Amino acid sequence: MKKESEEIMRIISEWKGSFDCPYSIREDGKSIDRKDFGDVRIVPKADNKGLDVYVKEGAKNARVAIPSCITHSGIDEDVYNDFHIGEDSVVTIDAGCGIHSEQGMSRHSGKHRFFIGKNSHVTYLEKHVGLGKEGAKRVMDPYSEIHLEEGSTLDMEVSQIGGLEESHRITKAFLDKDSTLKVKESLLTEKRQIATTDFHVELNGDSSNADIVSRSVAKDESKQEYTSRIVGNARCTGHSECDAIITGKGKVYASPALDAVNEDASLIHEAAIGKIAGEQIMKLKTLGLSEEEAEERIIMGFLS
Amino acid sequence: MLELIGLTWDAPDGRRILDDITLSFPSSGITVITGPNGGGKTTLLKIVMDIEHPLKGKVLFDGEDITSLDTTERARMGISYGFQTPVRFKGITIHDLLEIASGKSLEKEDVNRLLAKVGLCGKDYAEREVDQTLSGGEIKRIEIASVLARESRIAIFDEPEAGIDIWSFSGLISVFEELKKGDVPVLIVSHQERLMEIADRIIVIEGGRVSMDGKSEDVLKKLLPSACPLKKNGERV
Ligand SMILES: Nc1ncnc2c1ncn2[C@@H]1O[C@H](COP(=O)(O)OP(=O)(O)OP(=O)(O)O)[C@@H](O)[C@H]1O
Ligand SMILES: [Mg+2]
Repeated sequence: MKKESEEIMRIISEWKGSFDCPYSIREDGKSIDRKDFGDVRIVPKADNKGLDVYVKEGAKNARVAIPSCITHSGIDEDVYNDFHIGEDSVVTIDAGCGIHSEQGMSRHSGKHRFFIGKNSHVTYLEKHVGLGKEGAKRVMDPYSEIHLEEGSTLDMEVSQIGGLEESHRITKAFLDKDSTLKVKESLLTEKRQIATTDFHVELNGDSSNADIVSRSVAKDESKQEYTSRIVGNARCTGHSECDAIITGKGKVYASPALDAVNEDASLIHEAAIGKIAGEQIMKLKTLGLSEEEAEERIIMGFLS
Repeated sequence: MLELIGLTWDAPDGRRILDDITLSFPSSGITVITGPNGGGKTTLLKIVMDIEHPLKGKVLFDGEDITSLDTTERARMGISYGFQTPVRFKGITIHDLLEIASGKSLEKEDVNRLLAKVGLCGKDYAEREVDQTLSGGEIKRIEIASVLARESRIAIFDEPEAGIDIWSFSGLISVFEELKKGDVPVLIVSHQERLMEIADRIIVIEGGRVSMDGKSEDVLKKLLPSACPLKKNGERV
C-alpha cells in the first residue's frame, strides 16, 4: 500500500496498520487487499467495478470496512458497492474515501445500494477527505440508495472534513413499515469549494420514521447547496434539519421540501443559516481563547 | 487588585448609564454590587472584560493599565467572568467547555468534582451538549462551573443566583463561602440578600453612580430597613 493511502486510511477509517474485521481496500481503481470471514462475505464485481457485500442473517455486531483511496490525479471512477444485509442482524459498515493529489483532477463516485433485511440495524460511516497540494481538483460524488425493510434501522454518519474541491451527494431512501432512517451529515467547505447534498426520502410504511440532520460550515468563498424532499406516503414521521454556519464570503442555499401525501403523515423541517453568534465567540474569549481559536473550536464542535 | 477609574458609558440611544465610576477591589474577599434593574451593573462587568468599551475611563489590574487589552488578553491575565445570560453551543459538551475553561484536558473525576460544586451530577451531565436542551438553571450552574474551572486572579459573577431553585440555593451559597476562604477576590453582581450577607463589602449602583459603598452589614441595614437588624452575636433581635 502506498504511503498516501496509509495517510488517508488513518483519517477515514479505524485502520491502524491493519483491520481486525472483514475488509476490502481499494487503491487507485483496484482492490489491493481483501479478507472476509465470519458473517461477512465480500464478492468483487467484474472489472474492479465494485463489490457485493453480504451479511448473514442474525449476525451480531458484525463490522466491515471498505475504504477507498486515490493517490494521484487522472483517476475518474464510478464504483458500485451493494450491501445485502440479512434479517435480524446488527452490523457496522465503514466506507470512507480519500483522494490525495498534487495537480490536475481526480474523481471518485461511490454508488452504494443498501438492501437492509427485516429488523436489522445497520450503522453506516462515511468519512471523506481530500489531501495534497492546493490547485489540484479533487471531486467526490457519493450516491446512496437505501431500501429499509420492515422494522429495520439505518444510522448513517456522513462527514466531509475538507480538501474536496467539489462534491455532489445524493441520498435516496425508501422505508417500509416500522423502519427508521437516521442521518447525521456534516460538511465543511473552504476556499472556492462547492458541495451539494440532495436527499430524497420516501416514507412508504406505517410508523416509518426519518430523521435527517445536516450541519454545514461554508468558509471563505465556498458554496453549499442543500435540498431535501421527504415524502410521507403513510402514517409516518419525518424530520429534516439543515443547520449551517457561514464565515467569510461563504454561501449556503437550502431548499427543503415536504410532501405529506398521506393525511397521517407528520413532517417537519428546520433550517438555520448564519454566522457564528458573536456571543459564542465572546464567551470563549473570556475563557482565554483568541478570536480565531474560538471560531475554530465552535466549528469543530458544530461539525462533530 | 482591580481598579476602575472614571468609567463612563452611554447606551446607544445616548442615555448616560455609567457616570464617572471609580472603584477599587482589594485582593481578597467578596464584593457584591447591587442596584436597580438597568442601572448598568452588567455593563460595568462587561467593561472590565472588554466586552463593552467605556466612553471614558481606565481599567487597571495589579497596577497595570489594561484598558487597551482585549477580552482574550484579560482572560489570560486571570480575570474570569460568568455571564448573566449564559451562551449555548451546539456540539460542545459540558466536559469540553470545562476543558476550554481550565485550559487543559480534564479527567472524568475533575469534571465531576467541578459539577458537584454547582450541584450537578457528572454522570448525568458531563457529556451533554451545552445547547438549547439544558434548562435555565442547569446552564446557569454550568456557567458558574466554567468560572470555577479557571485559574483565576479575580472571579466575577453576574447574578449567579438567577434561575437557581430555592432547594439548591444553599448549595450555591456554600460555593461562595468556599471562595471567600480562598485568596482569590470575588466580585458578584446580585440582588440576593443571602449573597449580600456573606459579602465583605456591598456597592450600590444607581442612576449611573455609586450611591452606597461600605461594609456588608452597614449597607444591608440601609438597604433593608424593614428587615430585623442583626445583633453583634449574629442573632436576630
Ligand atoms: N446594546 C445596548 N443597546 C441599548 N441599550 C443597552 C445596551 N446595553 C445596555 N443597554 C441599556 O443600558 C442599561 C444598563 O444595562 P445593564 O445590563 O448594564 O443593567 P443591569 O444593571 O445589569 O440590570 P439588571 O439588574 O436588570 O441585570 C439598560 O437600560 C439597558 O437597556
Ligand atoms: Mg445585569
